[in-house]
Amino acid sequence: MLATLLGWLLKQSFNTQPWVAEAVDEASYQAPFNARPKLVALTTFLAVATSFFALILSAYSLRMELGDWIPLTEPQLLWVNTGVLVLASVAFQWTRNLAVSGRTSQIKPGLFLAGVLTVAFLVGQLIAWQQLNASGQYMTSNPSNAFFFLLTGIHALHILGGMYVWARATIKTLNGGDAVEVSHSIELCTIYWHFLLLVWLVLFGLMLST
Amino acid sequence: MGYVAIADRDHEIEHHDPQTFITKYVWSQDHKVIAIQYAGTAIFVGVIALILSAMMRLQLGFPDTFSFINPENYYQFITMHGMIMVIYLLTALFLGGFGNYLIPLMCGSRDMVFPYLNMLSYWVYLLSVIILLISFFVPGGSTGAGWTLYPPQAILPGTPGVEWGILLMLGSLAVFIVAFTMGGLNYVTTVLQARCRGMTLMRMPLSVWGIFIATILGLLAFPALLVSAIMMLLDKTIATSFFMPAISSMGVDPGHTGGSPILFQHLFWFFGHPEVYIVALPAFGIVSDLLSTHARKNIFGYRMMVWAIIAIGGLSFIVWAHHMYVSGMNPYFGFFFATTTLIIAVPTAIKVYNWVLTLWEGNIHLRVPMLFAIAFIFTFIHGGLTGLFLGNVTIDLPLSDTYFVVAHFHMVMGVSPVLVVFGAIYHWWPKITGRMYNETLGKWHFWMTFLGTYSIYLPMHYLGFAGVPRRYFAMGNTDFLPESAQTLNASITLSALFVAATQILFFVNVFWSLRKGPKADPNPWDATTLEWQTPDTPPKHGNWGHDLPECHRWAYDYSVPGYEDDFIPQNVPADVAPVGRDHGVEH
Repeated sequence: MLATLLGWLLKQSFNTQPWVAEAVDEASYQAPFNARPKLVALTTFLAVATSFFALILSAYSLRMELGDWIPLTEPQLLWVNTGVLVLASVAFQWTRNLAVSGRTSQIKPGLFLAGVLTVAFLVGQLIAWQQLNASGQYMTSNPSNAFFFLLTGIHALHILGGMYVWARATIKTLNGGDAVEVSHSIELCTIYWHFLLLVWLVLFGLMLST
Repeated sequence: MGYVAIADRDHEIEHHDPQTFITKYVWSQDHKVIAIQYAGTAIFVGVIALILSAMMRLQLGFPDTFSFINPENYYQFITMHGMIMVIYLLTALFLGGFGNYLIPLMCGSRDMVFPYLNMLSYWVYLLSVIILLISFFVPGGSTGAGWTLYPPQAILPGTPGVEWGILLMLGSLAVFIVAFTMGGLNYVTTVLQARCRGMTLMRMPLSVWGIFIATILGLLAFPALLVSAIMMLLDKTIATSFFMPAISSMGVDPGHTGGSPILFQHLFWFFGHPEVYIVALPAFGIVSDLLSTHARKNIFGYRMMVWAIIAIGGLSFIVWAHHMYVSGMNPYFGFFFATTTLIIAVPTAIKVYNWVLTLWEGNIHLRVPMLFAIAFIFTFIHGGLTGLFLGNVTIDLPLSDTYFVVAHFHMVMGVSPVLVVFGAIYHWWPKITGRMYNETLGKWHFWMTFLGTYSIYLPMHYLGFAGVPRRYFAMGNTDFLPESAQTLNASITLSALFVAATQILFFVNVFWSLRKGPKADPNPWDATTLEWQTPDTPPKHGNWGHDLPECHRWAYDYSVPGYEDDFIPQNVPADVAPVGRDHGVEH
């Protein structure tokens, strides 16, 4: 990703002669990305979130090396939750495809389904927390527990943030809002959900393997 | 779908002018008002931090004299001074203040891309400042853990503010990071997507480049601080052991197991080092524009300047452990970080040479902003050179806990950026307010500040070599120090108080100018960049009246041969001046 960015920056500056004045013409004026600003902002935010999760994971891997670390046995329920989150992503992709191809009237079921599945995931995570607590595995019992609660909690908070946008898009859809606007915000949601699914898979994989 | 610049889209022109006082000046979504709100708040807390430093200096210069300064609040002064200056003043002022004001105007846009988010960013920042200020008044007072907040001591009894201060500090930082992220997304998106027609990336003024890259650094680095703040909060509140080792504190076992304080240091400095450049890069950019404008000469090596900014930004992420040499590390690690640290000197030196070469044979106007810009070159070279010493492990070890380090980082990221802040305020003041300031008063302010700060920090280098330890409330058993060290300390304190008092001149000038200052010319410095070409001064909501500007040239067409005036604004069409002639080419 960084290489692409650098390459793009190089392209902007290579062979240009900034000191030469030139008339503005359509050819010389190119937007940096043929994208909507909200998409650029979302992409930038995903970079921030990636940095955030990557830093916690590097802390995880450093902390793991120390003597008091006892690996946590993750609740089996997490597999179900993972499946539900995958389905939520699929539902969003389906809704998005409908919205983009202009069939906005048919998006309601997909949008609802995506929301319900996501809520189900969050509830599932809560139950997993309770299962751990019930078996005496508290957040303070061991650093691996602390990281488990921290990572799942922060991931869930990110999803809740996404649910806010989902709720707005849903309200707009129900009120018969502007089709293009609705489609745009569903597109952004879909990207965000895929991203959080990816983050979850990485987190889950790491926690399972350690 | 073909691309339509945001600024060209119809709905942008509909930007409704805010009607009431509240929407115009309080809940404003106008980037210029938000910039002033940001700057005002930042300068307000900056003054508090300045007073705190004066209190510290009183104790150091005249120990056993002031009964109201005890060791506990001395450490609180240190901590809050550092934290406020670095984060709540400089970061907020450069990015929230100048970033907000300059990005849309210099890029030729009507506003930030997400004005509502921009407004939210300021109010959340204000919330973080309020939380920070509340910590002065809670039981136990603000935290005294040092601005780096190293565990374990930061959250153990014995450190001032361990009851509430540290919680509020960490909470305030988390809120600040949320505010910064909202602002940062806006700055990046605006630079990428909302530039006017003809404003290619390589025509952007260096101020925008510096702010842009600094914002990216902030967006990627602040999460590290957020992570460490969250983990430390958990260690403190529910006794997890992310950072806290198994430890007995004052005979009590707080219940931690084998956490790693070094882990905190890694996370903190992974944020902390880029933070230096979050403050420095906007200063680099702004100073380039000030030098070029007031020397009536194109910036030397524009493309190199841009690439140096990018290179410094990239390198700043792989040098963090040079703050941790004394924490102990594998020698190969130390070697790696010493090497990367010294490599940063290369792009930085390129910038310094280019600034000096910009002045070479320039038609230098020693106006107030130019004085500050030139002074920056002095202080920055000075602080940069001592950085070469400290970047080497073997030299850093003996010097790390002495006043040499205090002198180094105050020269390089205290005095230098602050000089640029003043230069920038004087430079853009006529545009921001529509009024001129008093030139004589400004020059007095400059000379007293510049010479005053030198008389504070130059002797500190010597104190450091002599071995005067930093962070100490009182010197205690330090027989190896000559008597004169204390005399020097007293003189430093007098200089510090003098410089602090001198800042009153600045505020007098500000208030005089706002009330009685003569009306400013729209472009008093004959500058080329777009913000000086607005139809109104100060620019109205929407900045450009009905038509957006078009950019036809770079920002540095000064003293172009064959052209009558010694500057050509960026929006002057190409055929007005000879096209493609050998003007301004890097020699």
